Amino acid sequence: MLSRTAENLYWLARYMERADTMARLLEVGYRMALMPSAGAGYRNEWASLIAAAGSSEGFEAKFGDEFRQRDVETWLFYDRENSSSVLSCVETARQNGRAVRTALTSEMWDALNGAYLELRELERQPRTDDLLPQLCDWTKRQSALLRGSTEGTHLQNDGYDFLNLGYHIERADNTARLLDVKYYVLLPTLDMVGGTVDTYQWTTLLRALSAFRSFHWAYGSEYSPRKISHFLILNRACPRSLLHCHDKVSFHLNRLANAYGRTTCAHERMRGALAELTDMDLDAIIDAGLHEFLTRFIHQNAALGQDVADGYLFGVQ
Amino acid sequence: MYDGERIRPAYEQVMDWVRRTPAEQLALKKAEAEALFRRIGITFAVYGEGGDTERLIPFDMMPRVFTEAEWRRLERGVKQRSRALNAFLYDVYHRSEIVRAGKIPADLVYRNEAYEAAVVGISPPGGVYSHIVGIDLVRTGPDEFFVLEDNCRTPSGVSYMLENREIMMRMFPELFRTSRIAPVDDYPDRLRRTLASVAPGKCEGEPVTVLLSPGSFNSAYYEHSFLADQMGIEIVEGQDLFVQGDFVYMRTTEGPKRVDVIYRRIDDSFLDPLCFRPDSMLGVPGLMNVYRSGGVTICSAPGAGVADDKAVYTYVPDMIRFYLGEEPILKNVQTWKCSDPGDLKYVLENLGELVVKEVHGSGGYGMLVGPKSTREQIAAYAERIKADPADFIAQPTLALSTCPTFVDDGLAPRHVDLRPFCLVGKEVHLCPGGLTRVAMREGSLVVNSSQGGGVKDTWVLAD
Repeated sequence: MLSRTAENLYWLARYMERADTMARLLEVGYRMALMPSAGAGYRNEWASLIAAAGSSEGFEAKFGDEFRQRDVETWLFYDRENSSSVLSCVETARQNGRAVRTALTSEMWDALNGAYLELRELERQPRTDDLLPQLCDWTKRQSALLRGSTEGTHLQNDGYDFLNLGYHIERADNTARLLDVKYYVLLPTLDMVGGTVDTYQWTTLLRALSAFRSFHWAYGSEYSPRKISHFLILNRACPRSLLHCHDKVSFHLNRLANAYGRTTCAHERMRGALAELTDMDLDAIIDAGLHEFLTRFIHQNAALGQDVADGYLFGVQ
Repeated sequence: MYDGERIRPAYEQVMDWVRRTPAEQLALKKAEAEALFRRIGITFAVYGEGGDTERLIPFDMMPRVFTEAEWRRLERGVKQRSRALNAFLYDVYHRSEIVRAGKIPADLVYRNEAYEAAVVGISPPGGVYSHIVGIDLVRTGPDEFFVLEDNCRTPSGVSYMLENREIMMRMFPELFRTSRIAPVDDYPDRLRRTLASVAPGKCEGEPVTVLLSPGSFNSAYYEHSFLADQMGIEIVEGQDLFVQGDFVYMRTTEGPKRVDVIYRRIDDSFLDPLCFRPDSMLGVPGLMNVYRSGGVTICSAPGAGVADDKAVYTYVPDMIRFYLGEEPILKNVQTWKCSDPGDLKYVLENLGELVVKEVHGSGGYGMLVGPKSTREQIAAYAERIKADPADFIAQPTLALSTCPTFVDDGLAPRHVDLRPFCLVGKEVHLCPGGLTRVAMREGSLVVNSSQGGGVKDTWVLAD
């Protein structure tokens, strides 16, 4: 497979997953904004979302530091100046797909191109206050459609592995960021932990990750930040947990190693990172500081992405 | 399609079907076809118009139909012309017999912008320079076809020929059951075999062929990816290829892989920044060295453009006589060369009746259609011609044949032309079909898709 093709597949998956996360973030914000304000904590819920999306600087440069809901919506959904907005992500994903159309099945292209065409329609619709939940649902549906047609139709060859590396590296990053907003950004003072607002925020996080019901299945009905953290970090069965994502990355890297008969720097880093994560328990993570742990994880994960690029000659000029 | 007042026999079946089908159903089918095109993503960007860079080419459901007998004659003519053009290309990069014989002016060849001094003396495999020849034809009578222009470099539009057929078969299966229409869907396979047949002598084993595209921002990108897909070959960009030693390689996830044949869809000047344009980001540094030493075949060969120049065009009948010793089967449209003082005088005096084109232009840009222009437009164009006469040629406006076409208020005649695709490798093959382009505006003679022209499916009926 051409290295550029692999690169395009990888980024196509990453951008679609990122669009999905942006929609979920917006949903978190929307639900939290319906609650009486926590007062303390971060400046407000919307500001914390922008921080989680990792684009505070760009946002403040454009809209100032008031973090109005409408501006946040614009920034995270419609804004082409924000390279991670849903609109930018879908367009970039489609651009990546268009460059390697022959490496996609027609159903995958249909899902990708269909999302792009519908988005251009959505863009023309007048904005109303109740549009946001619809936009979030729409985005999640599009990414599910692409994911489904990939699973259902794509030949499970090296291209499939590169797509999945993209999905899971991005998803690991996104879960870590969402968790970080909740734990560090929204409620920096420990005495607020356990209050009504706190519980509501935690469950909102679960809902945004479509993991509300799964959590009950796995942990019973009582919430605690500990249980939820465990669920999203160390539970292999949760499809959005960090450990699950790295399991998948490792799985697809190993498939590539078998197919090509060689390993790369990415394999080495993955082995180390996975062993470390598997051996961890939640107490150790909380004691050392969840935020510190997540920050380190996000860096490690980014380095892994870079190793995949280096190992398979992406972007070599 | 009209033969005087009568409908040509080839169309009887289709017209019968149109008569039987209610108008609402036809309108529904039309909308369905457009949705299909948009969904599949068959689009065409129009340069210099801004706005939507992925525009649809209007598709007309009414096919253009030829009988087998009509087609056979046309086929002989197109193959003859393709052979002569390739013989000419080999000649002008070797001994230039045709120039020595005084059949074509030396200046027209050697001072031509498309003449590549860098490839003089190189013999591409099989002596083939132009592997895909697209010849634009118009019909003026039952057996009268005129060649409008030759395309020896990278004629586009073949994806429309294939996709139009797909869509027609999907939407009107009953027409295909009752008419015996020659299939065109083996074209990609023929193209692949044609390209493999000109692999370099140094090639070991099964030749590796790639399609070199400028990338997804190019207006013809859809066609590039479509063809690569249909042929089962990689579509590459300049950055994917590199030269090492005597060969060209592509970067793959498994390491470098040698490439034997490059079907390029980029211009000569972008092929190799070391040889042509140093500012080119599209090309592959060192590619021409490999080509020269026979490590890779480039299709079409660098320098092939000198044969499809609009000024060289006027000499193609002479080429056919010179190289093949045959009389041309297809006629040229009478052409006045403004570089000739006598012709120039005639052209300037009769601008109102002529079509004037730039010698190096393409895509229907920068031309003047006399009968359709205002006095001011004609006067302004005359000034352009006077400033650089050698840059222009003129042709009479022909009584072009029309074909029934769906317009807002039903079927109406519209002018059409035809581009069949001739493959030249070890063998010469003409696909039974082609790209029929139609001028959607009433009375208009300009069919280029860049000027709002549409496309139709082209049928060759078996006897």
